[in-house]
Amino acid sequence: MKYGNEIILLALAAFAALLGAAFAQDSQFGAHMWVLFFALVAGAIVLLRTSNYAPVDILAEDKSPYMDGPIRYGVVATVFWGVTGFLVGVVVAAQLAFPDLNIEPWLNFGRLRPLHTSAVVFAFGGNALIATSFYVVQRTSRARLFGGNLAWYVFWGYQLFIVMAATGYLLGITQSREYAEPEWYVDIFLTIVWVAYLVVFLGTILNRKEPHIYVANWFYLAFIITIAMLHVVNNLAVPVSFLGSKSYSLFSGVQDALTQWWYGHNAVGFFLTAGFLGMMYYFVPKQVDRPVYSYRLSIIHFWSLIFLYIWAGPHHLHYTALPDWAQTLGMVFSIMLWMPSWGGMINGLMTLSGAWDKIRTDPIVRMMVVAIAFYGMSTFEGPVMSIKAVNSLSHYTEWTIGHVHSGALGWNGMITFGAIYFLVPRLWGRERLYSLRMVTWHFWLATLGIVVYAAVMWVAGISQGLMWREYDEQGFLVYSFAESVAAMVPYYVVRTIGGLMYLAGALVMAWNVFMTIRGHQRQEEPMPAAAPVLQPAQ
Amino acid sequence: MDYTTLRHFADSWGLLAMTVFFIGAVLFALRPGGKQAAERAAQIPLKED
Repeated sequence: MKYGNEIILLALAAFAALLGAAFAQDSQFGAHMWVLFFALVAGAIVLLRTSNYAPVDILAEDKSPYMDGPIRYGVVATVFWGVTGFLVGVVVAAQLAFPDLNIEPWLNFGRLRPLHTSAVVFAFGGNALIATSFYVVQRTSRARLFGGNLAWYVFWGYQLFIVMAATGYLLGITQSREYAEPEWYVDIFLTIVWVAYLVVFLGTILNRKEPHIYVANWFYLAFIITIAMLHVVNNLAVPVSFLGSKSYSLFSGVQDALTQWWYGHNAVGFFLTAGFLGMMYYFVPKQVDRPVYSYRLSIIHFWSLIFLYIWAGPHHLHYTALPDWAQTLGMVFSIMLWMPSWGGMINGLMTLSGAWDKIRTDPIVRMMVVAIAFYGMSTFEGPVMSIKAVNSLSHYTEWTIGHVHSGALGWNGMITFGAIYFLVPRLWGRERLYSLRMVTWHFWLATLGIVVYAAVMWVAGISQGLMWREYDEQGFLVYSFAESVAAMVPYYVVRTIGGLMYLAGALVMAWNVFMTIRGHQRQEEPMPAAAPVLQPAQ
Repeated sequence: MDYTTLRHFADSWGLLAMTVFFIGAVLFALRPGGKQAAERAAQIPLKED
């Protein structure tokens, strides 16, 4: 029977969730187990409806060289979670500007903000990374994904993690660790899914027919292994009850703070940087049809990035109880990160050398180039902000929020959009995208949205920082905290507009992807023709 | 093994081992003859799908 074991396992897990709901120690855990129960039952019903009882040898086994099913699902999930995450972002931005929009208890800012960060980082970014890594590792290893249906388990297991994390936040379940808010039982489940992901990825590399492991796979592998290590250590905790939603961290005090930011900054360094660099090193050469500018530079980029990033976390704890030497260590390693970051940026941009006209003629290349430019800008800004003197002005202000978004919207968002536009026609066997003009629209909406967002947050953050440290001649603070909050209102309103533009661009993409999958082609004026290819003199 | 031992190991032999590995990895990438190997490797994504 097709999916026989899977259906039995899902049914047993659903029953366990039901028991969890029945014997829950707190009402939030009970509600969360009901969510899990319905999700698992829905999964079991879907599998039952697609199952059949033909003997195994009659069931046609998929013999195609590459396994693209989970990648197709992953691309659709990326677009879906992207739009959702951006929408929640716009809502929380509006809540800051108009506090009446806080609808208690489920939809207030405190619960929606982690929903926004997890949705964009882990749901949108994570699905993009899983889908593209499966695509890239198969093509550059010339091998089918290892482990058969394990890749499907990784995809669906990861979606279940997202649903459990998101509903947990809305129910008020959180362990209050930045970017790691889900409680202990969700963390354990994610660990299992992540190990399965590592097995699929590493198994495919070990089965490769290409002797050399292409550099994009190095970055993806570093991302998978490091995230596993960070996730496990940061989430070491003791649950109050095995049927309750509350747990306490194994660390306390400043050790806990440092563990959290060791995790937090390396989530940026290995999830949002190393993984997405894997994307850059495959999709940019593919889209411009040229090899990467310097392969040896990409190797040096890899080693220096992973050797330096892991030490940068303490810069989040300047002027705290963390020992001074550790703060300085974090600052020095952050500044040293300039070299690999800019080396990598130059490597990505120079891949276009000799094909610069593609920025004009190919909106997908334009998107990738802007992504790399934002990678360069935000990895320049980050080390500047890690310098203690600058940090004393920028820390706890909106400047940090602006910095994060220029990296996340500019670098992670744009490189993912470029990869999606590259993948969709190929994965569904379409001749081209539904519309290239709409890619141009997406490009401008997104780029202008980021510019509005980042510029407004710079002004807001620096005003905030200056107001907080303004003394009069008698040594009294000039502004109360509430006055600095009131001064932010116009910036918060304009920031919401920037976010709306970015969301509008993502909706244009969603429509374009939907119509491409359906097999339509929009009648439109073609893009300006590429310049004729010049042949060197013989 | 207490914190102090671990810490002294980290900022002596641990630091040395990581630095040597890093420099070794960079030198290996820049070794003579590495250029041809790198150029072949760079072509991997561009061969047929």
